[in-house]
Amino acid sequence: MRNAFAQELTQLAKEESRLVFLSGDIGNKLFDAFKAQCPDRFYNCGVAEQNMMGVAAGMAKSGLKPIVYTITPFATTRCYEQIRVDVCSHNLPVIIAGVGSGLSYASLGPTHQSCEDIALLRVLPNMTVLCPGDAMEVRATLRAAIRHSGPVYLRLGKKGEPVVHQTIPSLTIGRALEMAAGKDLCLLSTGNILPLAMDVARQLEQSKLSTRVISFHTVKPLDATLLTEIFIKYPLVVTLEEHSLLGGFGSAIAEWKTDYSEGKGKLIRFGTGDDYIHITGDQNYARARFGLTCDLLCKKILEVYKKTIL
Amino acid sequence: MTSQELHSMAQSIRVAVVEMSHRAKAPHLASSLSCIDILTVLYWNILSINPKDPEHSERDRFILSKGHAAAALYATLAYRGFFPQEELKNYVRNGSLLPEHPPSEGLAGVEAATGSLGHGLPVGVGMALSSRICKKNYRVFVLLSDGECNEGSVWEAAMFAAGQKLENVTVIVDYNKWQATGRSNDILALHPLAKKWEACGWSVQEIDGHDFDTLTRVLVSLPKETGKPTAIIANTIKGKGVSFMEDNNNWHYKIPSEQEVIQAKRELGIQ
Repeated sequence: MRNAFAQELTQLAKEESRLVFLSGDIGNKLFDAFKAQCPDRFYNCGVAEQNMMGVAAGMAKSGLKPIVYTITPFATTRCYEQIRVDVCSHNLPVIIAGVGSGLSYASLGPTHQSCEDIALLRVLPNMTVLCPGDAMEVRATLRAAIRHSGPVYLRLGKKGEPVVHQTIPSLTIGRALEMAAGKDLCLLSTGNILPLAMDVARQLEQSKLSTRVISFHTVKPLDATLLTEIFIKYPLVVTLEEHSLLGGFGSAIAEWKTDYSEGKGKLIRFGTGDDYIHITGDQNYARARFGLTCDLLCKKILEVYKKTIL
Repeated sequence: MTSQELHSMAQSIRVAVVEMSHRAKAPHLASSLSCIDILTVLYWNILSINPKDPEHSERDRFILSKGHAAAALYATLAYRGFFPQEELKNYVRNGSLLPEHPPSEGLAGVEAATGSLGHGLPVGVGMALSSRICKKNYRVFVLLSDGECNEGSVWEAAMFAAGQKLENVTVIVDYNKWQATGRSNDILALHPLAKKWEACGWSVQEIDGHDFDTLTRVLVSLPKETGKPTAIIANTIKGKGVSFMEDNNNWHYKIPSEQEVIQAKRELGIQ
């Protein structure tokens, strides 16, 4: 995702002269092509994220389109008040790109993990929350974010994740993408856990369960049209995210279901728990600690499905 | 404007602010009074602005980062012609556009919502960088309080502006030696404030923040040094202009009674 982001950014800067890139002293070499192409539109703002976010707001207020880029907790929680006051209250077109979201940087320890960001960002008025599922969706969501006229949070993974889409999808903010057709249950995935969602659907197929998979690249605003259809059509709807079950994507779907759905579909949610990880491990190790493996997810989904249709 | 005219305008603005505080029962009167001379010099002698075209892309930007002095900003903007003085009567009223801290939209002349301290300088630095990137000539002025210099974001922005050699940004610190509940130098060690800004790479000048001649002279000859942002440490008196409020920190929150308004107006020379 990271490399796709840097490549797409460099390409888009040729088309959008107002684009300015602010880095929180990360991305060494990654943005060399961008820097060579637009030396006056790259700013290393140092390890000073509150300032960086305020600077981005001041730039956006003056007609530019800034993209703020650093590791997710530092792009979000470290400067949350600047996002709230400087960016969101003025409804400014600042793109906040957090890299290493969820458990991507699990082995770096709890300071670098980020399982609270969707909850914190989606509660802010005017904010659009985009969580691309693979490198292709990263390119498409970045394009959409640059066209958007208000604040955008772009939740990126790391580098080298499996690519799910064959090509860059045609993507509209707030319109989810169908990844696989299915008639028995519907699996809604957001962000970098999309490849696992596809694996789960394939494995459930072996248990004769036909699973529709949807990539919810936009957590805010939700695709209400699609949700209306899904909760009527399917007896079981499952959400999957690499984020806390408190306040994240699954919570947003549960809120929507409570407020708007007239369907009978049952909702179950998978994500990370209300806990920090104090034992070292990589992304897959950390996912496993929260039960986010293909086998465990399939087992739980099958159990619930059987009870649901009885 | 001459210094005599500036003084007269500042006294009128002070009266407006005292009346606003009384009418709205809104605090931060002394914080407003301490920066009114600075605002008057900026809005009448320094800023390149047009009240009839407040969004002009080449305008100089002023950010009141000490947003709790909003009454002073509102009164200054009204007297300068950004909106009718009549509007000041709506300060903090239900349904009005004038809250106790500057709003993010709807009020001509307000460049940014402030009130949470430490936000104005980073935003101002972003505007100053934009001026350079977009090859424009506008300048940015940010007014900070001394208590506000407690905030780490101020110093992040200070070092970044110096690193970027942003000579089109000027900070004025309203150095009245008080913050909400105590002497500003006793709470966090601000002293020596000028040297701190200097150490961050700024060109610094310490002046009397109530001396109109000096304020004008210093602010018309910016930047002080090529390739450096400028910090003006303006020594001020909290509650300036009203004897019983001057240097009395109770007036950070206290609301003037009707009798106190009459006395303040008498002292300010406007009945």
